[in-house]
Amino acid sequence: MNSFFSTNLPKFGQVIIAIAGFFAVLLLIFYIAGKANGRKQRPIAIITLLGPAMVLLFAGLIIPAIQTILFSFKDANSVKFIGFRNYAWLFNNADMRKVFFNTMLWIVITPFATTALGLFLAIMLDRMKRESLAKSLLFMPMAISFVGASVIWKFVYDYAVPSKPQTGLLSTIVRSLGFAPSNWILTQPLNTFLLMIIFIWVQTGFAMVILSAAIKAVPADIVEASALDGAFGWRLFRWITFPMVRSTFIVVLATMLVTSLKLFDIVRTMTGGNFGTSVISNEMYSEVFVRFDTGRGSALAVILFVFVTPILVYNIRNLRRERTIA
Amino acid sequence: MSTVKIADANPGRKLFSTKFATSVVWIITVFWTVPTFGLFASSFRNKQDIFLSGWWNIFVAPNLTLGNYRAVLFGSSSSTLSDGVLPYLMNSIVITIPAVIFPVMIATMAAYCLAWVKFKGSDALFFFIFALQVVPIQMSLVPLLQLFTGGAHIGGVTIIPKLGIAGEFAGIWLPHTMFALPLAIYLLHNFIASLPRDLMEAAHVDGANHFKVFRQIVIPLSIPAIAAFAIFQFLWVWNDLLVALTFASGTEEVAPINVKLASLVGQWGSGWETLTAGAFVTIAIPLLVFFSLQRFFVRGLLAGSVK
Repeated sequence: MNSFFSTNLPKFGQVIIAIAGFFAVLLLIFYIAGKANGRKQRPIAIITLLGPAMVLLFAGLIIPAIQTILFSFKDANSVKFIGFRNYAWLFNNADMRKVFFNTMLWIVITPFATTALGLFLAIMLDRMKRESLAKSLLFMPMAISFVGASVIWKFVYDYAVPSKPQTGLLSTIVRSLGFAPSNWILTQPLNTFLLMIIFIWVQTGFAMVILSAAIKAVPADIVEASALDGAFGWRLFRWITFPMVRSTFIVVLATMLVTSLKLFDIVRTMTGGNFGTSVISNEMYSEVFVRFDTGRGSALAVILFVFVTPILVYNIRNLRRERTIA
Repeated sequence: MSTVKIADANPGRKLFSTKFATSVVWIITVFWTVPTFGLFASSFRNKQDIFLSGWWNIFVAPNLTLGNYRAVLFGSSSSTLSDGVLPYLMNSIVITIPAVIFPVMIATMAAYCLAWVKFKGSDALFFFIFALQVVPIQMSLVPLLQLFTGGAHIGGVTIIPKLGIAGEFAGIWLPHTMFALPLAIYLLHNFIASLPRDLMEAAHVDGANHFKVFRQIVIPLSIPAIAAFAIFQFLWVWNDLLVALTFASGTEEVAPINVKLASLVGQWGSGWETLTAGAFVTIAIPLLVFFSLQRFFVRGLLAGSVK
């Protein structure tokens, strides 16, 4: 126990020093910059307030992104330019084609499944008794890491050879229905869908909470007026509620799309990308940190980036429209 | 589904107010909760029980033990985990606290500047930062790691010397801070831009400079938004795997507990009993934060997505 404290207390010392140092530097800069007056006051304030963020954004995101694009045209050790050879290899490799196909499945299925289920729950929950309890329980997986969620579901998908007792929930249910359980995580292409269920399990609560807030924001008099006009149930949803939450629905869908595209943790933890389950972001990590090919890894990162550009453009156009309305 | 009984209290307000809808919700809720509960129940069962029967047997033959937690926290010679995960749990705390405070402060400053100290191009800059939100962090990992280990050079001239923070806590705080900024600035800007103009102007008339306004007006009034983002960032950092795998070595000195848990899953022959308790130790703190601060967290999510 003594050695535990002697190795871990200094870590907290580092935290205290880092935070104290951070605030001390900030206050000092504020104090010095605050001395400026007259015409210099504004530019100095702008540089002081915005400078740190801009430096970090440039050093951490913008310059590295440009470097990654350059690396994607270079060889494994980023020494010489090899043109589009990394991309050519990626697109002509059968394993990689499977990876792209899996990623397409992820970004087509999971965002829609998650957002639709979230909307369904939000509607069903609305004004229900004990609404907040149900919401909390459905939302809870959001606090659990994808790694933690993977452990939870690995337990559900556990399989034992027929001579041993089945302890996995899925195997037990399947057997009680009179079928023979299979080794779920090794069964292609079923395993990719089983991994998707983990994602859907984690993210549906997020979609539900946001869509639920949007539904509650629909003005009561609109709903009441249409109810008087005879719109109930499905028709009310189709013609009144859904059009009013459509923009939120699309925002949630786009968020899910980006999250599922970058998905890494679940695949890494459940299969390590084996058994035909790998996705782009897992391959990117493997290329760079397992096979030490910076060129191919960077090309995969660039492909991820190309996938998000439509969403990026859409988001910006949305924000601009909002700005002009406001 | 289309048969709707209008509740007397609020006519027409509810879309589907049947008992049917309520039962559907509860069936799904139970389905959503069972996997977590199964793991939780298993974490109190001993190795033989976990191996021989499903966790639902605790209802017929409860034979509960804290042995798994003891082994996971403090280590045991019989399990695959000889040293215990406590050092990794400490690392997670050590990584998370600054990785929340730094981006929150820096983003609040930037958001205030973009919202209230407008200059030529400040709107364009805000759009640009907003757009950075969706850029995959995969685009940054390799060059950033190279910067930390080797510095930056242009044509043999050293621009930035090697920072020597690879594999140190600073080398994890920094990427987390950088990656958090676009979302943080966007969320806080939305909030700070809506603060009352009169208040700002009155302070300036009284002779307060931007720093005084920032410290004495902007920060205190922005606490709800700051708290919402802080919780969001806390969960992000605590639950992150990719950044930690890239920038922290897997060792007891710096690796967070989530990395340790992931490596336990991958370990050949690592026992379920270690995994179950290990997973619960990993998710206990975020769950606690989540349930106690859920309202702030939801508010933060809504600010980001509905606006």
